[in-house]
Amino acid sequence: MTQTTPAIRVEGVTRAYGAEGDRLRVVALEDTSLSVARGELLALIGPSGCGKSTLLNLMGGLAEPASGQVWIDGERIRAPLPRKVAFVFQETALFPWRTVLENLKLGMAFQGVPKEQRYSRARESLNAVGLADFADHYPAQLSGGMKQRAQLARALALQTDILLMDEPFAALDEQTRMVLGEDLSVLLARTGKTIVFVTHSLIEAVFLADRVAVFTARPGRIKTIIPVNEPHPRSRSFMTSEKLSRLRNQIYELLHDEIRRTIADSPTLDTSAAKPLYTLRDPQK
Amino acid sequence: MKRLRFAERLVQVGFVAAVLLAWQIATTRGHLSPLFLPPLVSVYRDFVSLLASGKFWPDLRTTLYELALGFVIAAVAGTVIGYAVSRSGYSVKIFDPLFAGLYAIPAILLFPLYVLFFGIGPGSKIAMGATIAFFPVVLSTIAGLSYVNRSYVTAARSMGASPPQMFWSVMLPAALPVLLTGLRMGLILAFLSILGTETISSFSGLGHRIVELGENLDTSNMFAYILFVIAIALLLNAGLSFAEARWKEPPA
Repeated sequence: MTQTTPAIRVEGVTRAYGAEGDRLRVVALEDTSLSVARGELLALIGPSGCGKSTLLNLMGGLAEPASGQVWIDGERIRAPLPRKVAFVFQETALFPWRTVLENLKLGMAFQGVPKEQRYSRARESLNAVGLADFADHYPAQLSGGMKQRAQLARALALQTDILLMDEPFAALDEQTRMVLGEDLSVLLARTGKTIVFVTHSLIEAVFLADRVAVFTARPGRIKTIIPVNEPHPRSRSFMTSEKLSRLRNQIYELLHDEIRRTIADSPTLDTSAAKPLYTLRDPQK
Repeated sequence: MKRLRFAERLVQVGFVAAVLLAWQIATTRGHLSPLFLPPLVSVYRDFVSLLASGKFWPDLRTTLYELALGFVIAAVAGTVIGYAVSRSGYSVKIFDPLFAGLYAIPAILLFPLYVLFFGIGPGSKIAMGATIAFFPVVLSTIAGLSYVNRSYVTAARSMGASPPQMFWSVMLPAALPVLLTGLRMGLILAFLSILGTETISSFSGLGHRIVELGENLDTSNMFAYILFVIAIALLLNAGLSFAEARWKEPPA
Protein backbone atom coordinates (compact mmCIF):
# COMPACT_ATOMS: atom_id res chain seq x y z
CA MET A 1 0.00 0.00 0.00
CA THR A 2 1.55 3.26 -1.07
CA GLN A 3 1.03 6.78 0.09
CA THR A 4 -0.98 7.43 -3.05
CA THR A 5 -3.56 4.70 -2.37
CA PRO A 6 -6.73 6.59 -1.53
CA ALA A 7 -8.36 5.78 1.79
CA ILE A 8 -11.65 5.16 0.02
CA ARG A 9 -12.20 4.50 -3.64
CA VAL A 10 -15.65 4.04 -5.12
CA GLU A 11 -15.87 2.88 -8.73
CA GLY A 12 -18.95 2.88 -10.92
CA VAL A 13 -21.28 2.03 -8.06
CA THR A 14 -25.01 1.65 -8.68
CA ARG A 15 -27.72 0.75 -6.23
CA ALA A 16 -31.44 0.50 -6.77
CA TYR A 17 -34.55 -0.36 -4.81
CA GLY A 18 -37.15 -2.58 -6.45
CA ALA A 19 -36.83 -5.16 -9.20
CA GLU A 20 -35.77 -4.39 -12.75
CA GLY A 21 -38.80 -3.30 -14.78
CA ASP A 22 -40.86 -2.68 -11.66
CA ARG A 23 -42.92 0.50 -11.90
CA LEU A 24 -41.79 1.41 -8.39
CA ARG A 25 -38.14 0.70 -9.05
CA VAL A 26 -35.99 3.52 -7.80
CA VAL A 27 -32.36 3.97 -8.70
CA ALA A 28 -30.90 5.52 -5.59
CA LEU A 29 -27.38 5.86 -6.84
CA GLU A 30 -26.17 5.56 -10.40
CA ASP A 31 -22.69 4.91 -11.69
CA THR A 32 -20.89 6.91 -9.05
CA SER A 33 -17.13 7.10 -8.76
CA LEU A 34 -15.16 8.93 -6.13
CA SER A 35 -11.85 8.89 -4.26
CA VAL A 36 -11.22 10.14 -0.77
CA ALA A 37 -7.61 10.89 0.14
CA ARG A 38 -6.09 9.99 3.49
CA GLY A 39 -6.93 12.53 6.17
CA GLU A 40 -9.45 14.23 3.95
CA LEU A 41 -12.83 15.49 5.11
CA LEU A 42 -15.46 15.02 2.44
CA ALA A 43 -19.03 16.25 2.73
CA LEU A 44 -21.85 14.71 0.71
CA ILE A 45 -24.74 17.06 0.08
CA GLY A 46 -27.81 16.81 -2.11
CA PRO A 47 -31.59 16.69 -2.26
CA SER A 48 -33.48 14.16 -0.17
CA GLY A 49 -33.31 10.64 -1.52
CA CYS A 50 -30.36 11.32 -3.81
CA GLY A 51 -28.40 8.38 -2.45
CA LYS A 52 -25.98 10.18 -0.12
CA SER A 53 -26.67 7.83 2.77
CA THR A 54 -26.69 4.90 0.39
CA LEU A 55 -23.20 5.83 -0.76
CA LEU A 56 -22.06 6.10 2.84
CA ASN A 57 -23.44 2.65 3.68
CA LEU A 58 -21.72 1.21 0.60
CA MET A 59 -18.41 2.77 1.69
CA GLY A 60 -18.74 1.13 5.08
CA GLY A 61 -19.76 -2.29 3.75
CA LEU A 62 -23.20 -2.09 5.32
CA ALA A 63 -24.75 -2.54 1.89
CA GLU A 64 -23.58 -4.08 -1.35
CA PRO A 65 -23.71 -2.32 -4.69
CA ALA A 66 -25.63 -3.85 -7.60
CA SER A 67 -22.65 -3.07 -9.74
CA GLY A 68 -19.35 -1.36 -9.17
CA GLN A 69 -16.80 -1.70 -6.41
CA VAL A 70 -15.71 -0.09 -3.20
CA TRP A 71 -12.12 -0.20 -1.99
CA ILE A 72 -10.85 0.70 1.45
CA ASP A 73 -7.06 1.12 1.66
CA GLY A 74 -6.76 -0.71 -1.61
CA GLU A 75 -8.80 -3.64 -0.32
CA ARG A 76 -12.12 -4.42 -1.93
CA ILE A 77 -14.89 -4.63 0.66
CA ARG A 78 -18.02 -6.71 0.78
CA ALA A 79 -18.79 -6.55 4.52
CA PRO A 80 -18.20 -4.05 7.33
CA LEU A 81 -14.54 -3.52 8.25
CA PRO A 82 -14.85 -2.60 11.93
CA ARG A 83 -11.10 -2.19 12.39
CA LYS A 84 -10.84 0.38 9.63
CA VAL A 85 -14.23 2.08 9.42
CA ALA A 86 -16.44 3.46 12.19
CA PHE A 87 -19.90 4.95 11.79
CA VAL A 88 -21.83 7.74 13.44
CA PHE A 89 -25.48 7.37 12.60
CA GLN A 90 -28.22 9.93 12.11
CA GLU A 91 -30.54 8.64 14.76
CA THR A 92 -29.35 7.68 18.12
CA ALA A 93 -27.91 4.23 17.70
CA LEU A 94 -26.74 4.13 21.31
CA PHE A 95 -27.96 1.08 23.21
CA PRO A 96 -30.50 2.54 25.65
CA TRP A 97 -30.08 -0.27 28.19
CA ARG A 98 -26.44 0.59 28.77
CA THR A 99 -24.76 3.66 30.20
CA VAL A 100 -22.63 5.85 27.98
CA LEU A 101 -19.45 4.24 29.27
CA GLU A 102 -20.86 0.74 28.78
CA ASN A 103 -21.92 1.68 25.25
CA LEU A 104 -18.35 2.59 24.43
CA LYS A 105 -17.02 -0.57 26.02
CA LEU A 106 -19.52 -2.75 24.18
CA GLY A 107 -18.51 -1.21 20.84
CA MET A 108 -14.89 -2.02 21.60
CA ALA A 109 -15.87 -5.55 22.64
CA PHE A 110 -17.58 -6.00 19.28
CA GLN A 111 -14.50 -4.70 17.50
CA GLY A 112 -12.22 -7.00 19.49
CA VAL A 113 -10.33 -4.58 21.74
CA PRO A 114 -8.73 -6.47 24.67
CA LYS A 115 -10.79 -6.11 27.84
CA GLU A 116 -8.14 -4.34 29.91
CA GLN A 117 -7.78 -1.54 27.35
CA ARG A 118 -11.46 -0.74 27.04
CA TYR A 119 -11.92 1.38 30.12
CA SER A 120 -9.02 3.73 29.52
CA ARG A 121 -9.84 4.11 25.85
CA ALA A 122 -13.48 4.85 26.68
CA ARG A 123 -12.42 7.48 29.21
CA GLU A 124 -10.07 9.03 26.72
CA SER A 125 -12.66 9.46 24.01
CA LEU A 126 -15.31 10.66 26.45
CA ASN A 127 -12.86 13.36 27.50
CA ALA A 128 -12.24 14.22 23.87
CA VAL A 129 -15.94 14.91 23.21
CA GLY A 130 -16.48 16.62 26.57
CA LEU A 131 -18.72 13.96 28.09
CA ALA A 132 -16.43 12.83 30.90
CA ASP A 133 -19.02 13.73 33.54
CA PHE A 134 -21.78 11.76 31.85
CA ALA A 135 -20.08 8.38 31.59
CA ASP A 136 -22.57 6.72 33.95
CA HIS A 137 -25.69 8.28 32.47
CA TYR A 138 -28.10 6.32 30.34
CA PRO A 139 -28.76 7.68 26.82
CA ALA A 140 -32.31 8.64 27.79
CA GLN A 141 -30.85 10.97 30.40
CA LEU A 142 -28.86 12.94 27.82
CA SER A 143 -29.90 15.79 25.52
CA GLY A 144 -29.87 15.26 21.76
CA GLY A 145 -26.52 16.98 21.39
CA MET A 146 -24.97 14.92 24.16
CA LYS A 147 -26.28 11.70 22.61
CA GLN A 148 -24.54 12.53 19.35
CA ARG A 149 -21.35 13.38 21.25
CA ALA A 150 -21.63 9.98 22.92
CA GLN A 151 -22.10 8.29 19.58
CA LEU A 152 -19.05 10.12 18.26
CA ALA A 153 -17.09 9.05 21.34
CA ARG A 154 -18.09 5.43 20.70
CA ALA A 155 -16.80 5.71 17.13
CA LEU A 156 -13.57 7.45 18.23
CA ALA A 157 -12.87 4.77 20.83
CA LEU A 158 -12.66 2.25 18.00
CA GLN A 159 -9.59 4.16 16.74
CA THR A 160 -10.31 3.56 13.08
CA ASP A 161 -8.65 5.52 10.30
CA ILE A 162 -11.95 6.20 8.63
CA LEU A 163 -15.06 7.76 10.10
CA LEU A 164 -18.36 7.79 8.22
CA MET A 165 -21.08 10.06 9.57
CA ASP A 166 -24.66 10.02 8.35
CA GLU A 167 -26.21 13.39 9.16
CA PRO A 168 -24.85 13.22 12.68
CA PHE A 169 -26.46 16.50 13.71
CA ALA A 170 -29.68 16.31 11.71
CA ALA A 171 -31.92 16.00 14.74
CA LEU A 172 -30.35 18.91 16.62
CA ASP A 173 -31.33 22.54 16.73
CA GLU A 174 -29.25 24.99 14.74
CA GLN A 175 -27.38 26.52 17.67
CA THR A 176 -26.37 23.15 19.10
CA ARG A 177 -25.21 21.89 15.74
CA MET A 178 -23.09 24.98 15.10
CA VAL A 179 -21.29 24.59 18.41
CA LEU A 180 -20.90 20.84 17.84
CA GLY A 181 -19.59 21.59 14.37
CA GLU A 182 -16.88 23.87 15.79
CA ASP A 183 -15.90 21.24 18.36
CA LEU A 184 -15.86 18.60 15.68
CA SER A 185 -13.60 20.63 13.45
CA VAL A 186 -11.05 21.04 16.24
CA LEU A 187 -11.31 17.41 17.30
CA LEU A 188 -11.08 15.93 13.82
CA ALA A 189 -8.20 18.15 12.77
CA ARG A 190 -6.28 16.65 15.69
CA THR A 191 -7.08 13.01 14.94
CA GLY A 192 -6.12 13.16 11.26
CA LYS A 193 -8.86 10.72 10.32
CA THR A 194 -10.34 10.31 6.89
CA ILE A 195 -13.93 11.45 7.19
CA VAL A 196 -16.96 11.31 4.96
CA PHE A 197 -20.13 12.87 6.23
CA VAL A 198 -23.61 13.32 4.87
CA THR A 199 -25.36 16.58 5.64
CA HIS A 200 -28.32 18.66 4.62
CA SER A 201 -26.74 21.83 5.90
CA LEU A 202 -24.84 23.92 3.36
CA ILE A 203 -23.00 25.83 6.06
CA GLU A 204 -22.04 22.67 7.91
CA ALA A 205 -20.68 21.17 4.70
CA VAL A 206 -18.50 24.17 3.87
CA PHE A 207 -17.45 24.78 7.44
CA LEU A 208 -16.21 21.26 8.08
CA ALA A 209 -15.16 19.77 4.77
CA ASP A 210 -12.09 19.90 2.56
CA ARG A 211 -14.28 19.07 -0.42
CA VAL A 212 -18.04 19.13 -0.85
CA ALA A 213 -19.58 16.59 -3.23
CA VAL A 214 -22.87 17.93 -4.59
CA PHE A 215 -25.38 15.30 -5.74
CA THR A 216 -28.00 15.45 -8.44
CA ALA A 217 -31.61 14.52 -7.77
CA ARG A 218 -32.64 10.91 -8.20
CA PRO A 219 -31.10 8.91 -9.74
CA GLY A 220 -28.27 10.24 -7.62
CA ARG A 221 -24.89 11.01 -9.10
CA ILE A 222 -22.18 13.39 -8.07
CA LYS A 223 -22.78 16.61 -9.97
CA THR A 224 -19.70 18.57 -8.92
CA ILE A 225 -17.07 18.49 -6.24
CA ILE A 226 -16.30 21.87 -4.70
CA PRO A 227 -12.93 22.28 -2.94
CA VAL A 228 -12.97 24.46 0.17
CA ASN A 229 -9.21 25.10 0.62
CA GLU A 230 -9.17 26.29 4.19
CA PRO A 231 -6.82 24.95 6.86
CA HIS A 232 -8.10 22.96 9.84
CA PRO A 233 -9.15 23.49 12.54
CA ARG A 234 -11.59 26.02 11.19
CA SER A 235 -12.13 28.96 13.48
CA ARG A 236 -15.33 30.69 14.35
CA SER A 237 -14.32 33.59 12.10
CA PHE A 238 -14.48 31.24 9.12
CA MET A 239 -18.13 30.68 9.96
CA THR A 240 -18.90 34.34 9.29
CA SER A 241 -16.37 34.85 6.50
CA GLU A 242 -17.10 36.06 3.00
CA LYS A 243 -15.47 32.93 1.61
CA LEU A 244 -17.86 30.63 3.42
CA SER A 245 -20.92 32.47 2.22
CA ARG A 246 -19.60 32.59 -1.33
CA LEU A 247 -19.06 28.82 -1.36
CA ARG A 248 -22.40 28.30 0.32
CA ASN A 249 -24.13 30.33 -2.38
CA GLN A 250 -22.29 28.47 -5.09
CA ILE A 251 -23.47 25.14 -3.72
CA TYR A 252 -26.96 26.47 -3.28
CA GLU A 253 -27.06 27.46 -6.96
CA LEU A 254 -25.96 23.95 -7.90
CA LEU A 255 -28.53 22.34 -5.64
CA HIS A 256 -31.44 24.59 -6.38
CA ASP A 257 -32.60 22.98 -9.61
CA GLU A 258 -32.04 19.52 -8.21
CA ILE A 259 -34.18 20.24 -5.19
CA ARG A 260 -36.93 21.63 -7.44
CA ARG A 261 -36.84 18.41 -9.44
CA THR A 262 -37.07 16.31 -6.32
CA ILE A 263 -40.09 18.17 -5.05
CA ALA A 264 -41.83 17.89 -8.43
CA ASP A 265 -41.06 14.17 -8.61
CA SER A 266 -41.66 13.12 -5.08
CA PRO A 267 -45.36 12.12 -5.21
CA THR A 268 -44.56 9.22 -7.53
CA LEU A 269 -41.28 8.29 -5.97
CA ASP A 270 -41.36 6.86 -2.53
CA THR A 271 -38.44 4.59 -1.72
CA SER A 272 -40.17 3.30 1.38
CA ALA A 273 -42.91 1.76 -0.77
CA ALA A 274 -40.50 -0.22 -2.88
CA LYS A 275 -38.74 -3.26 -1.56
CA PRO A 276 -34.97 -2.97 -1.56
CA LEU A 277 -33.46 -5.15 -4.24
CA TYR A 278 -30.57 -5.91 -1.95
CA THR A 279 -31.30 -5.55 1.69
CA LEU A 280 -28.72 -5.09 4.39
CA ARG A 281 -27.25 -8.48 4.98
CA ASP A 282 -29.13 -10.30 7.70
CA PRO A 283 -26.97 -9.98 10.80
CA GLN A 284 -28.27 -13.22 12.25
CA LYS A 285 -26.98 -15.35 9.44
CA MET B 1 -47.72 2.27 38.05
CA LYS B 2 -48.63 5.86 38.66
CA ARG B 3 -48.06 7.08 42.16
CA LEU B 4 -51.24 8.05 43.94
CA ARG B 5 -51.46 11.21 45.92
CA PHE B 6 -52.23 10.86 49.61
CA ALA B 7 -55.79 12.18 49.22
CA GLU B 8 -56.47 9.73 46.39
CA ARG B 9 -55.07 6.91 48.44
CA LEU B 10 -57.35 7.93 51.29
CA VAL B 11 -60.44 7.74 49.06
CA GLN B 12 -59.32 4.35 47.81
CA VAL B 13 -58.86 2.93 51.32
CA GLY B 14 -62.12 4.55 52.42
CA PHE B 15 -63.97 2.85 49.57
CA VAL B 16 -62.68 -0.60 50.49
CA ALA B 17 -63.50 0.06 54.17
CA ALA B 18 -67.04 1.07 53.24
CA VAL B 19 -67.59 -2.13 51.24
CA LEU B 20 -66.29 -4.24 54.12
CA LEU B 21 -68.47 -2.33 56.59
CA ALA B 22 -71.52 -2.86 54.40
CA TRP B 23 -70.66 -6.55 54.28
CA GLN B 24 -70.47 -6.78 58.04
CA ILE B 25 -73.72 -4.85 58.57
CA ALA B 26 -75.59 -6.83 55.94
CA THR B 27 -74.58 -10.15 57.46
CA THR B 28 -75.21 -9.27 61.13
CA ARG B 29 -78.22 -6.92 60.99
CA GLY B 30 -79.76 -8.04 57.72
CA HIS B 31 -81.56 -11.20 56.77
CA LEU B 32 -78.73 -12.68 54.70
CA SER B 33 -78.12 -16.32 55.43
CA PRO B 34 -74.53 -16.93 56.60
CA LEU B 35 -74.56 -19.78 54.06
CA PHE B 36 -74.43 -17.23 51.25
CA LEU B 37 -72.33 -14.61 52.91
CA PRO B 38 -70.75 -15.31 56.27
CA PRO B 39 -70.17 -12.37 58.63
CA LEU B 40 -66.87 -10.60 57.94
CA VAL B 41 -65.75 -11.18 61.49
CA SER B 42 -66.13 -14.92 61.18
CA VAL B 43 -64.25 -14.94 57.85
CA TYR B 44 -61.48 -12.97 59.52
CA ARG B 45 -61.38 -15.44 62.43
CA ASP B 46 -61.14 -18.38 60.03
CA PHE B 47 -58.49 -16.63 57.97
CA VAL B 48 -56.33 -15.98 61.01
CA SER B 49 -56.67 -19.55 62.19
CA LEU B 50 -55.89 -20.79 58.68
CA LEU B 51 -52.63 -18.82 58.69
CA ALA B 52 -51.81 -19.78 62.28
CA SER B 53 -52.48 -23.49 61.87
CA GLY B 54 -50.58 -23.77 58.60
CA LYS B 55 -53.13 -26.27 57.33
CA PHE B 56 -53.00 -24.54 53.95
CA TRP B 57 -49.55 -26.00 53.30
CA PRO B 58 -50.43 -29.26 51.50
CA ASP B 59 -52.82 -27.47 49.13
CA LEU B 60 -50.51 -24.52 48.57
CA ARG B 61 -47.65 -26.90 47.86
CA THR B 62 -49.68 -28.78 45.24
CA THR B 63 -50.80 -25.60 43.51
CA LEU B 64 -47.37 -23.97 43.54
CA TYR B 65 -45.77 -27.19 42.30
CA GLU B 66 -48.22 -27.33 39.40
CA LEU B 67 -47.68 -23.65 38.69
CA ALA B 68 -43.90 -23.86 38.80
CA LEU B 69 -43.72 -26.85 36.49
CA GLY B 70 -46.39 -25.61 34.09
CA PHE B 71 -44.81 -22.17 33.90
CA VAL B 72 -41.28 -23.44 33.38
CA ILE B 73 -42.44 -25.70 30.55
CA ALA B 74 -44.29 -22.80 28.92
CA ALA B 75 -41.42 -20.37 29.44
CA VAL B 76 -38.77 -22.66 28.00
CA ALA B 77 -40.89 -23.91 25.09
CA GLY B 78 -42.23 -20.42 24.38
CA THR B 79 -38.87 -18.64 24.33
CA VAL B 80 -37.06 -21.38 22.41
CA ILE B 81 -39.77 -21.75 19.77
CA GLY B 82 -40.27 -17.98 19.64
CA TYR B 83 -36.54 -17.49 19.10
CA ALA B 84 -36.47 -20.13 16.35
CA VAL B 85 -39.44 -18.53 14.58
CA SER B 86 -38.01 -15.00 14.86
CA ARG B 87 -34.84 -16.04 13.02
CA SER B 88 -36.38 -15.57 9.61
CA GLY B 89 -39.03 -13.20 8.31
CA TYR B 90 -40.57 -16.10 6.41
CA SER B 91 -41.23 -18.22 9.48
CA VAL B 92 -42.57 -15.19 11.36
CA LYS B 93 -45.03 -14.71 8.51
CA ILE B 94 -46.09 -18.36 8.73
CA PHE B 95 -46.14 -18.98 12.48
CA ASP B 96 -46.98 -15.66 14.10
CA PRO B 97 -50.62 -15.60 12.85
CA LEU B 98 -50.88 -19.31 13.58
CA PHE B 99 -49.95 -18.88 17.24
CA ALA B 100 -52.08 -15.75 17.52
CA GLY B 101 -55.04 -17.67 16.12
CA LEU B 102 -54.54 -20.61 18.47
CA TYR B 103 -54.25 -18.21 21.39
CA ALA B 104 -57.82 -17.09 20.73
CA ILE B 105 -59.17 -20.64 21.14
CA PRO B 106 -60.50 -21.28 24.67
CA ALA B 107 -57.82 -23.74 25.68
CA ILE B 108 -59.80 -24.74 28.76
CA LEU B 109 -61.83 -26.99 26.44
CA LEU B 110 -58.76 -29.23 26.25
CA PHE B 111 -59.00 -29.94 29.96
CA PRO B 112 -61.21 -33.08 29.72
CA LEU B 113 -58.70 -34.43 27.21
CA TYR B 114 -55.80 -33.65 29.53
CA VAL B 115 -57.56 -35.44 32.39
CA LEU B 116 -57.81 -38.41 30.09
CA PHE B 117 -54.12 -38.15 29.17
CA PHE B 118 -52.55 -37.15 32.47
CA GLY B 119 -55.08 -38.17 35.11
CA ILE B 120 -56.92 -36.26 37.79
CA GLY B 121 -53.70 -35.50 39.70
CA PRO B 122 -51.27 -32.59 39.11
CA GLY B 123 -50.36 -33.81 35.61
CA SER B 124 -53.47 -32.44 33.93
CA LYS B 125 -53.13 -29.08 35.77
CA ILE B 126 -49.49 -28.73 34.75
CA ALA B 127 -50.41 -29.47 31.13
CA MET B 128 -53.24 -26.95 31.25
CA GLY B 129 -51.09 -24.24 32.82
CA ALA B 130 -48.29 -24.88 30.34
CA THR B 131 -50.66 -24.78 27.36
CA ILE B 132 -52.28 -21.54 28.39
CA ALA B 133 -49.04 -19.79 29.39
CA PHE B 134 -47.23 -20.89 26.23
CA PHE B 135 -49.03 -18.50 23.90
CA PRO B 136 -48.31 -15.13 25.50
CA VAL B 137 -44.70 -16.22 25.96
CA VAL B 138 -44.16 -17.39 22.37
CA LEU B 139 -46.01 -14.42 20.86
CA SER B 140 -44.11 -11.86 22.88
CA THR B 141 -40.80 -13.58 22.15
CA ILE B 142 -41.50 -13.40 18.41
CA ALA B 143 -42.70 -9.81 18.67
CA GLY B 144 -39.80 -8.75 20.87
CA LEU B 145 -37.06 -10.33 18.81
CA SER B 146 -38.34 -9.60 15.34
CA TYR B 147 -39.09 -5.92 15.89
CA VAL B 148 -35.79 -4.87 17.43
CA ASN B 149 -34.92 -1.35 16.28
CA ARG B 150 -32.85 -1.75 13.12
CA SER B 151 -30.49 1.05 14.07
CA TYR B 152 -29.16 -0.97 17.04
CA VAL B 153 -28.51 -3.94 14.77
CA THR B 154 -26.87 -1.84 12.07
CA ALA B 155 -24.68 -0.06 14.61
CA ALA B 156 -23.58 -3.35 16.19
CA ARG B 157 -22.87 -4.82 12.76
CA SER B 158 -20.75 -1.83 11.76
CA MET B 159 -18.68 -2.33 14.90
CA GLY B 160 -18.12 -5.98 14.07
CA ALA B 161 -20.48 -7.80 16.45
CA SER B 162 -20.34 -11.59 16.02
CA PRO B 163 -23.64 -13.52 15.83
CA PRO B 164 -23.52 -14.58 19.53
CA GLN B 165 -22.62 -10.99 20.56
CA MET B 166 -25.45 -9.72 18.41
CA PHE B 167 -27.91 -12.01 20.17
CA TRP B 168 -26.78 -11.67 23.77
CA SER B 169 -25.74 -8.02 23.78
CA VAL B 170 -28.19 -6.47 21.32
CA MET B 171 -31.22 -8.57 20.38
CA LEU B 172 -31.98 -10.00 23.81
CA PRO B 173 -31.67 -6.80 25.86
CA ALA B 174 -33.59 -4.88 23.19
CA ALA B 175 -36.40 -7.45 23.24
CA LEU B 176 -36.37 -7.95 27.01
CA PRO B 177 -39.17 -5.53 27.95
CA VAL B 178 -41.63 -7.25 25.60
CA LEU B 179 -40.34 -10.67 26.59
CA LEU B 180 -40.81 -10.01 30.29
CA THR B 181 -44.34 -8.77 29.75
CA GLY B 182 -45.12 -12.05 27.97
CA LEU B 183 -43.62 -14.08 30.81
CA ARG B 184 -45.61 -12.17 33.40
CA MET B 185 -48.83 -12.66 31.45
CA GLY B 186 -47.95 -16.34 31.10
CA LEU B 187 -47.43 -16.82 34.82
CA ILE B 188 -50.67 -15.09 35.72
CA LEU B 189 -52.66 -17.04 33.13
CA ALA B 190 -51.07 -20.31 34.28
CA PHE B 191 -52.02 -19.54 37.89
CA LEU B 192 -55.61 -18.75 36.91
CA SER B 193 -56.01 -21.84 34.77
CA ILE B 194 -54.45 -24.13 37.36
CA LEU B 195 -56.76 -22.82 40.09
CA GLY B 196 -59.68 -23.12 37.71
CA THR B 197 -58.95 -26.68 36.66
CA GLU B 198 -58.39 -27.68 40.27
CA THR B 199 -61.97 -26.69 40.94
CA ILE B 200 -63.18 -28.92 38.10
CA SER B 201 -61.55 -32.21 38.96
CA SER B 202 -58.62 -32.87 41.27
CA PHE B 203 -57.44 -34.51 44.50
CA SER B 204 -55.82 -31.50 46.13
CA GLY B 205 -54.72 -27.92 45.61
CA LEU B 206 -56.16 -24.57 46.64
CA GLY B 207 -58.88 -24.64 43.98
CA HIS B 208 -59.84 -28.14 45.08
CA ARG B 209 -60.03 -27.08 48.74
CA ILE B 210 -62.27 -24.10 47.99
CA VAL B 211 -64.75 -26.24 46.07
CA GLU B 212 -64.72 -28.87 48.81
CA LEU B 213 -65.43 -26.30 51.55
CA GLY B 214 -68.25 -24.90 49.44
CA GLU B 215 -69.75 -28.33 48.99
CA ASN B 216 -69.58 -28.82 52.76
CA LEU B 217 -71.39 -25.50 53.20
CA ASP B 218 -68.46 -24.18 55.21
CA THR B 219 -68.77 -20.79 53.53
CA SER B 220 -66.77 -18.88 56.11
CA ASN B 221 -63.74 -21.12 55.72
CA MET B 222 -64.18 -21.02 51.97
CA PHE B 223 -63.96 -17.24 52.06
CA ALA B 224 -60.87 -17.51 54.22
CA TYR B 225 -59.25 -19.67 51.52
CA ILE B 226 -60.35 -17.30 48.78
CA LEU B 227 -58.73 -14.48 50.71
CA PHE B 228 -55.61 -16.59 51.00
CA VAL B 229 -55.50 -17.20 47.24
CA ILE B 230 -55.96 -13.49 46.61
CA ALA B 231 -53.02 -12.80 48.89
CA ILE B 232 -50.88 -15.33 46.99
CA ALA B 233 -51.89 -13.80 43.65
CA LEU B 234 -51.00 -10.31 44.90
CA LEU B 235 -47.63 -11.57 46.11
CA LEU B 236 -46.90 -13.23 42.76
CA ASN B 237 -47.85 -10.11 40.86
CA ALA B 238 -45.81 -7.86 43.13
CA GLY B 239 -42.78 -10.10 42.75
CA LEU B 240 -43.11 -10.09 38.97
CA SER B 241 -43.64 -6.36 38.73
CA PHE B 242 -40.55 -5.87 40.83
CA ALA B 243 -38.52 -8.18 38.61
CA GLU B 244 -39.85 -6.47 35.52
CA ALA B 245 -39.01 -3.01 36.81
CA ARG B 246 -35.59 -4.22 37.85
CA TRP B 247 -34.67 -5.72 34.46
CA LYS B 248 -36.70 -3.73 32.05
CA GLU B 249 -36.17 -0.03 31.70
CA PRO B 250 -33.03 1.87 32.33
CA PRO B 251 -33.89 4.99 34.32
CA ALA B 252 -35.35 7.58 31.98
